[in-house]
Amino acid sequence: MPADTTYLAHHFESLEKQTHAARLGMWLFLATEVLLFTALFAGYGVYRFLYGDAFRAASHGLETWIGAVNTIVLVTSSFTVAMGLERATRGDGRGTRLLFGVSFLLALVFLGFKYVEYAHHFQAGELPGRFYTGEHVQGPGGPIFFALYFLITGLHGIHVVIGMTVLAVIGWRAGRGAFTAEYHVPVELAGLYWHLVDLIWIFVFPLIYLI
Amino acid sequence: MNPSLAHGEVPVWNPRNYLNSPETGLRSWLLTRDHKRIGVMFLVATTIAFALGGFFALLIRLELLTPGPTIMDAGTYNRMFTLHGVVMIFLFMIPAIPSGFGNFLIPLMIGAKDVAFPRLNLLSFYLYLAGAAVALYGMVQGGADTGWTFYTPYSTTTITKVVPVLLGAFIIGFSSILTGLNFIVTTHTMRAPGLHWTRLPLFVWSIYATSVIQILATPVLGMSLLLVAIEHAFGWGIFDPARGGDPVLFQHFFWFYSHPAVYIMVLPAMAVISEVVCAFSRKNIFGYKAVAYSSLGIAFVGFFTWGHHMFTSGQSAFNGGVFGVLSMFVGIFTAIKVFNWTATLYKGSILFATPFAYFVGFLFFLVFGGMTGIALATVSLDVHWHDTYFIVAHFHFIMVGSTMMAFLAALHYWFPKITGKRLPEGWGLVAAVMIILGFNFTFIPQFLLGNMGMPRRYFAYPEKFWALNVASTAGASVLALGLVVVLVYTLFALRWGPVAGANPWNSRGFEWNTPSPPPPENYEITPVYTHGPHEYDQPDTALPPTASPEPKHAS
Repeated sequence: MPADTTYLAHHFESLEKQTHAARLGMWLFLATEVLLFTALFAGYGVYRFLYGDAFRAASHGLETWIGAVNTIVLVTSSFTVAMGLERATRGDGRGTRLLFGVSFLLALVFLGFKYVEYAHHFQAGELPGRFYTGEHVQGPGGPIFFALYFLITGLHGIHVVIGMTVLAVIGWRAGRGAFTAEYHVPVELAGLYWHLVDLIWIFVFPLIYLI
Repeated sequence: MNPSLAHGEVPVWNPRNYLNSPETGLRSWLLTRDHKRIGVMFLVATTIAFALGGFFALLIRLELLTPGPTIMDAGTYNRMFTLHGVVMIFLFMIPAIPSGFGNFLIPLMIGAKDVAFPRLNLLSFYLYLAGAAVALYGMVQGGADTGWTFYTPYSTTTITKVVPVLLGAFIIGFSSILTGLNFIVTTHTMRAPGLHWTRLPLFVWSIYATSVIQILATPVLGMSLLLVAIEHAFGWGIFDPARGGDPVLFQHFFWFYSHPAVYIMVLPAMAVISEVVCAFSRKNIFGYKAVAYSSLGIAFVGFFTWGHHMFTSGQSAFNGGVFGVLSMFVGIFTAIKVFNWTATLYKGSILFATPFAYFVGFLFFLVFGGMTGIALATVSLDVHWHDTYFIVAHFHFIMVGSTMMAFLAALHYWFPKITGKRLPEGWGLVAAVMIILGFNFTFIPQFLLGNMGMPRRYFAYPEKFWALNVASTAGASVLALGLVVVLVYTLFALRWGPVAGANPWNSRGFEWNTPSPPPPENYEITPVYTHGPHEYDQPDTALPPTASPEPKHAS
């Protein structure tokens, strides 16, 4: 059986069209993801305008170095995913597995730092809404900042976990030789998803830590 | 290639069709990836939701029959109009035409074997069921009393079961996203050879525009509903003014989705109508490109009009003016369509069958609802009409009137394609008259009531509003009876309807090029398109439409 028909679903006439459809579908899905976060970013913008001083003070209370390190960690993991895709285009499934594995570990490092941060917030009582007992920021701006903080980083964290699962499954399948140099679109789509997770963090980092 | 029958030929029922092949049985339906079966399942599910929402509507109208308490207390009344709105909007109007008829027809129209992602398509159906189940659980547990708009801060403090209803709508949102995504990719990648974008049936164009809205707006709604649920359950303060939150922000988020959602409901209706008008006036559409692009225009402008729901929510007068003017652009695009449809009728050979009757009703409701919409987009007028029955009547005309007309037109037009059977034409016209008249008698009194100042969502009213409320309830009863007639003869025709044949309307829509009901793979040989749909000026296949037979003989 030629490779072309192994992967071809019954309702597509060629693998080329099927790949095109899969890519387009993934990009549209990523658009919905962006809009999911956009609602939260818009909320952030509104409340930052309303409670500028409180947001600035709350933001200064965060450990900027953790955010910076996490940014570097995520960007590096995106780089290794891109390398993994490059291996896949050459039919080197084991190479893909290795590099996706590295990305997976880097994502774990990211989550580890996030855990340290969250633990610190819980101890300091920097929690959303009615749970807020922190003393660092006065007025209603503080609780709202931390509501948005936990919503944005929490949703991003969920996406990191989903992305890790995708990388693990696709990496494992690549290592077992499920893909070829001609057909590796799942590897590509997994990579796209991971780049989106990375890209969202690129927006989260300055919004929450820097400005 | 053209299977339409000449006069006198006996219509045949396609023996190997998607209903019995590759296998029958419940399991084969529940695990199917055939777009036609999924479309039919969506149609059945949304019809049940329609009946449920209609039941709530009748209870509301019964309660309003007298000025004081009639059959329920005020708290129950609040739950009833909330459930009516939630069920009708999220469970019926948003999915009915795109997920039901769209699923069935788009691959047939573009000459594909299936949609691009059949498994996602099935997942979309199960997400719909899951969301409906969660929302239903909330209803059984006591329902919500916030109105379908879930305005904060009331929705975050109410003691009713608002969280399951919110989560149900959230889950159904994902169903909507997946269907929209599937249709966009299908339209881009699965078109048969020769089917350029300018040969695409207008149904597909309009559903495509709908899908764009579904993809871009639904995530924002999902997030805002989730925020309300979090707020209600945990008190995080995002929309709570007591904690510094801004409840008007919720209105912005909500209408950023829910205004485009109005076009998620109306654009598919326009999709159906663009097909029906050609088939029953035996003419090419007048101004193909204008109709096609105006769908995209509505989808685009629809994203910049949400502020017209908030003229009285403390928005600045400048904002109000900008949103008012932008809203009127929708009127321009809609008018382009209306003029093109009516120009299509001109000198056409019109067959006044049931779908055409619904087309006429559609045109009336769309224009009437649309013109009142233009009036409401004028800020100074809206300040008086806001939250009165005028608004209620307006959006029922434009959303419900148009969508229901198109849904019924689609049902009558494509029933022979979906089931291979015909619906009784005489009963169809009787029901159409009842429904259209009943609808007018329900909502025209409400325009008058609103103009007199009766606020919406009130449980009781002064006696001077009594007569018009009785008229509205009477109209609603006729409307309901008409719908019951449709349900009865549709169920009857499923079993005993006469065999339709491949193309009983002699339509030139591409979907009629298959036998009825279509075989599981749609086309054994991928068709090659050499012309656009509904080209009735080509003489070779220009059969006149046959008058529909009465259901005298059983098959």
